Amino acid sequence: MGKNLFQKVWDLHKVADLPGGRVQLFIGLHLIHEVTSPQAFAMIKEMGLKVAFPDRTFATCDHIIPTDDTKRPFQDPLAEEMMQALEKNTKEHGITFFGPESGYQGVVHIVGPELGLTQPGITVACGDSHTATHGAFGAIAFGIGTSQVRDVLATQTMALNTFKVRRVEVNGNLRPGVYAKDVILYLIRKLGVNGGIGYAYEFAGSTIEGLSMEGRMTICNMAIEGGARVGYINPDEKTYEYLKGKKYAPKSDRWDEMVAYWESIKSDKDAEYDDVVVFNAEDIEPMVTWGINPEQAIGISEKLPENNNPSFQEAYEYMKFTPGTSIKGTKIDVAFIGSCTNGRIEDLREAAKYLEGKKVAKHVKALAVPGSATVKAKAEAEGLDKIFIEAGFEWRNPGCSMCLAMNPDKLIGDQICASTSNRNFKGRQGSSSGRTILMSPAMVAAAAVTGEISDLREVFDIK
Amino acid sequence: MSINPIKKVTGKAVPILGDDIDTDRIIPARYLKCVTFDGIGEFAFYDERFDANGKPTNHPMNDPKYKDASIIISGNNFGCGSSREHAPQSIKRAGFSAIIAESFAEIFYGNSTTLGLVCVTMSRSDINELAEIVKSAPETVLEIDIEAENVRLAGKNYKCEIKPSTKKALLDGEYDSLGILLKNIDKVKELEKSLKYSFV
Repeated sequence: MGKNLFQKVWDLHKVADLPGGRVQLFIGLHLIHEVTSPQAFAMIKEMGLKVAFPDRTFATCDHIIPTDDTKRPFQDPLAEEMMQALEKNTKEHGITFFGPESGYQGVVHIVGPELGLTQPGITVACGDSHTATHGAFGAIAFGIGTSQVRDVLATQTMALNTFKVRRVEVNGNLRPGVYAKDVILYLIRKLGVNGGIGYAYEFAGSTIEGLSMEGRMTICNMAIEGGARVGYINPDEKTYEYLKGKKYAPKSDRWDEMVAYWESIKSDKDAEYDDVVVFNAEDIEPMVTWGINPEQAIGISEKLPENNNPSFQEAYEYMKFTPGTSIKGTKIDVAFIGSCTNGRIEDLREAAKYLEGKKVAKHVKALAVPGSATVKAKAEAEGLDKIFIEAGFEWRNPGCSMCLAMNPDKLIGDQICASTSNRNFKGRQGSSSGRTILMSPAMVAAAAVTGEISDLREVFDIK
Repeated sequence: MSINPIKKVTGKAVPILGDDIDTDRIIPARYLKCVTFDGIGEFAFYDERFDANGKPTNHPMNDPKYKDASIIISGNNFGCGSSREHAPQSIKRAGFSAIIAESFAEIFYGNSTTLGLVCVTMSRSDINELAEIVKSAPETVLEIDIEAENVRLAGKNYKCEIKPSTKKALLDGEYDSLGILLKNIDKVKELEKSLKYSFV
């Protein structure tokens, strides 16, 4: 029997077996940001250690950075302190830092791929659970905590238990108005918010292969929302095409050699898996979450589920929704387009395509937050910023923004937000009673225009 | 880098029941604005313990009868969501030494292990039984025996589970992984040279 990509990349990066069955794994690319790294730098300093391979760590700032007034010092002194700590730590240890002046700053999981740092067959770690995003390129990428950030800084390795691998296959054509975001919300609903614990998810099948690199990143990004710490997609011509010419991608003299390497780490045709599940793309319609975790999602035309399960009851109590009713027509207060899930150029293009010539409903505060400075510049070159602004969106600077509301972008009270982000947890968007409804960028555009949760196919006449 | 082995955890418990208790609930993102973990313990479960006006809720951690608890009893998929180590850090710094749950999210479990915050899993029916005992007699002392994978209380034994690698790491005092990783630094350098890729 053959091997899958996960096993091949794991084996190539395995330094040693550790007592108790864990493995010491080499991390080829370490990405850091201001929130989960300062304590790690403090810890290695205290122990008198250095960064072992500074050329394999790259930094940017995203979580706390304001998206409106980015003048230094930041108005929030805590945010300023964290920014200064990152500037100081990266300078002291010789780590490349993509700050705002570099022109490359942005959400860490958007910056890595667009600079060509994220490549097939590599291992990636970052102190952020959405690190699996990089798996879209056929990398094995782990979200880690601060002690592991310390471990990677000090040794470029970490101690890990082995993973099982589940092949998650989706086949067929997506229906009009259905996007990668809908696919992943559908898969999480089917496999459960904890269904992936202990697994790496290999996303495969003709639907996944048919997605753009941006769409593939959206899929892998949310693997963790289904409990899978690792998610990946086998690389192909589309992957290589995306990488060509990127700042850190292999140059022409090494290109063929690297393509050969990338081809070699793909899952074998007869690869073994611990589990295989298969879904049909035609069963998927535009999805929206209705509850307090990403599994609590339905197709836009479905009624809110009736279920006596305590988790459902807790969700209904928090969201103030009624089982058996339709979620369509629910009034929204805020529309948010952005985040590492849906803050890439294609996401902005898709939303702008539908917003052109339309107006955001009067009572809705609408935010478009490009995922990075690169995305922002590209969007502006294409005139997307004008479309958003004319429609009534605020056009912001790059950052995580209202995905987790560590910067000034927050919900107020029990406001409802139609959001392209990845988590609808209680209080996630900055208000302890704020309500998040996750959906695709085009669905947020529809909700922004009508002022209520809507089926984009009806609003924009998509057939 | 050897640290004290953890063989047993003994203490009173507080039931914080429910499934999918995520890390945003354990530590709201606004308390991640810090460059040190010092003082983070007071913010554990903050938005669950206090309403928008800062008034205490009926969260079990606010209940005086659980004041001295050092073990949390919870449900399925505890610690799901963000990879923020601030979550187990805040729980540990709030005075807890162990969590008994039906299951744990993976990143949270790993982060907790590194800190020596013991996470054990148990069947749902046993968890419910434990929670009932603790609710009616909060002074009950639980003893988690890591070697035996067993929780003893009120003269009864309940089977619990712990990952073999975590068990060994706790018993050997090697749960903070950096020490063992540093031992192999020569092998690490060798492997780095064998890789096909770099970013220089």
